[in-house]
Amino acid sequence: MGLDVQDWTFLIVGLSFALYLGIAIWSRAGSAGEFYVAGGGVPPLANGMATGADWMSAASFISMAGIISFAGYDGSVYLMGWTGGYVLLALLLAPYLRKFGRFTVPDFVGDRCYSSVARVVAVICAIFVSFTYVSGQMRGVGVVFSQFLQVDITLGIVIGMAIVFVYAVLGGMKGITYTQVAQYCVLIFAFMVPAIFMALLLTGSPVPQAGFVGNLGGEVGTQIAADLGVADGQKIALLDAIDKINADLGFNAFTDGSKSRLDVFMITLALMVGTAGLPHVIIRFYTVPKVRDARLSAFYALLFIAILYTAAPAVGVFGRTNLIYTVEHAVYNPEQAGDGDKVIPDWFREWENTGLLAWVDKNGDGRVDYLSGRVFTDGGKDKPKFATSEDGDVARGEHGQRLVTNPISETGNELYVDRDIMVLANPQIANLPNWVIGLVAAGGLAAALSTAAGLLMVISSAVSHDLLKGVVMPKISEKQELWVARIAAAFGVFGAGLVGIYPPGFVAEVVALAFGLAASSFFPAIMLGIFSKRASREGIVAGMIAGISYTIVYVVFFKFGWADGVLSAISGWEPGEDKKAHWFLGISPEGIGSIGMLINFGVALVVSKLTPPPPQEIQDLIENIRVPKGAGEAHEMQLPPATEEDF
Amino acid sequence: MPDDSNNQKDSSAAKRYWRTNIKYLSILLGIWFLVSYGCGILLVDQLNEFRLGGAKLGFWFAQQGSIYVFVVLIAVYVVLMNRLDRRFGFRED
Repeated sequence: MGLDVQDWTFLIVGLSFALYLGIAIWSRAGSAGEFYVAGGGVPPLANGMATGADWMSAASFISMAGIISFAGYDGSVYLMGWTGGYVLLALLLAPYLRKFGRFTVPDFVGDRCYSSVARVVAVICAIFVSFTYVSGQMRGVGVVFSQFLQVDITLGIVIGMAIVFVYAVLGGMKGITYTQVAQYCVLIFAFMVPAIFMALLLTGSPVPQAGFVGNLGGEVGTQIAADLGVADGQKIALLDAIDKINADLGFNAFTDGSKSRLDVFMITLALMVGTAGLPHVIIRFYTVPKVRDARLSAFYALLFIAILYTAAPAVGVFGRTNLIYTVEHAVYNPEQAGDGDKVIPDWFREWENTGLLAWVDKNGDGRVDYLSGRVFTDGGKDKPKFATSEDGDVARGEHGQRLVTNPISETGNELYVDRDIMVLANPQIANLPNWVIGLVAAGGLAAALSTAAGLLMVISSAVSHDLLKGVVMPKISEKQELWVARIAAAFGVFGAGLVGIYPPGFVAEVVALAFGLAASSFFPAIMLGIFSKRASREGIVAGMIAGISYTIVYVVFFKFGWADGVLSAISGWEPGEDKKAHWFLGISPEGIGSIGMLINFGVALVVSKLTPPPPQEIQDLIENIRVPKGAGEAHEMQLPPATEEDF
Repeated sequence: MPDDSNNQKDSSAAKRYWRTNIKYLSILLGIWFLVSYGCGILLVDQLNEFRLGGAKLGFWFAQQGSIYVFVVLIAVYVVLMNRLDRRFGFRED
């Protein structure tokens, strides 16, 4: 074990990349069917893993546990929202779309609506949703590279682009599927190993999910309990401990929320329905051989996702409890520490260099005070901006801490903590071996690359299959179509990389918006397409346009501030006033996709009543996709009369 | 949202298959709603009076319990639908 952290990280990341490339070469796509849906021959278990990796992005892997560690109960919207959508997907969409058996989501919308307009609307929605998403992934790749390997973010993104280019452009869906299987294994192993070690340290239980509802225990947990004044032989639950610690420092109780119930409800709903409506997730269910495989792979997918999603809040609590216990009121400079003083550990200084931690000694006592409230007054994310001395070196304060140039706030809080540290720094915080740190880097990259590849697939198929073959040049040969698909994927990689390197300021907002857009457009359109034979093309298209427009306008009003004049004319909002007061029913822009979805359903049903029903062949199509095998023949089949009592 | 306006072939196997499917969906989605939106959000304060291990019950549903139930719901759906496929002769070979 003579290797240091950097060596291990290069080694593990390099091996994982070699594995992905090997798989890509082994599983090249030869036909359009292989390129778009992996030839429809993916076993359900493999599809479940691939869906898990496809779905869990850089944000799920790196940021979610940290978000929950700060947001507490409010973070539940992500946990329920990003898993509950799979129930909708499994029960309401996946089996029927598999029976429909084409290549893309716009395929279904276009055919079901017997309309090229509907197909084009769906193509635009799919490209918009997927492109905003993929640029966030490329940025994630760059961030992981720069934090673990001290590589420039731009170079990191270029390396990521090159890898994705090889297996998405050559391998298509077939290459992507099998690399995603490998990436799932890498990312879940990388997430769970530190989680298990943290659980042992803080609760004495090797199962993070059990430790989450258990008592403080283990090597570190016992000391924390003693610190909290728990008598020998007595126990305190981990969640009660974090509530107490939060209260002592002036934070909200972890198990309580600060958002309104209605807002939590609406955000959860928008995330669930949005998940079920995301094209890159839906197309994974086209890749299995049979309808029952689509159902089964939805089960596997959620099972594999749930392993990470139920461990994430545990990791968040472990990380937060341990971080506060370690740093709060600890002496920064080990040389100034007296007997019995807590001292800031070395990893703190290392992570200062990455900008994920920063300390400002406001009261000059040389100790890190962590309290509720902002450290800086920049607003927004308050990222620390480190000062440099005159000779261009790092500027340090009297205790050796890095100095910042941010304006300092009046609050007593001296510590800036980036939420990502809860996952990225855990291996060091828990004193884990160097290879675990390399593993976490490889896991973050696997999560980002797998999601990026799935999204690029949607973009390339939307251009080559839906737009070119579906609308513009229906007579194009399969070979030409494949070439166009590869070129579109290449442009997608390139564009996503560029947006990753030069991120426009509103990327984060747009990514959050993606769920609202999917919730208010695709989900109702597909669901009505399957469950209502009466829904006409006019109804479905009008519903999609109404739902998505409402959602976009609301988000633009309340999040982007591009149309403040119109907003004040409509709602009486005055510049400088908090926009929250004028939210519709107090629903935040993150949750407004739910209302957009209801509007979509409402408009679609009303317009369908007023317009002619779909032609007979569409009604036959709907009957056909509702059953796994030959609806047409089913009418003639002589079956023994079965009743409900047969069960 | 089932729309059975032109149900002249009401007695056909496909129709009965679909009706049973809708029944399963309604029950399973009812539970889906109950554990997440019910126990995890709307009734969270009431349920927080009770505890499950070291966690308040409502909080536990919001961060763990609902996810476990979601996995079980899809598993039950897979089993029910596979049986239904066989019963109506819609099982693919």
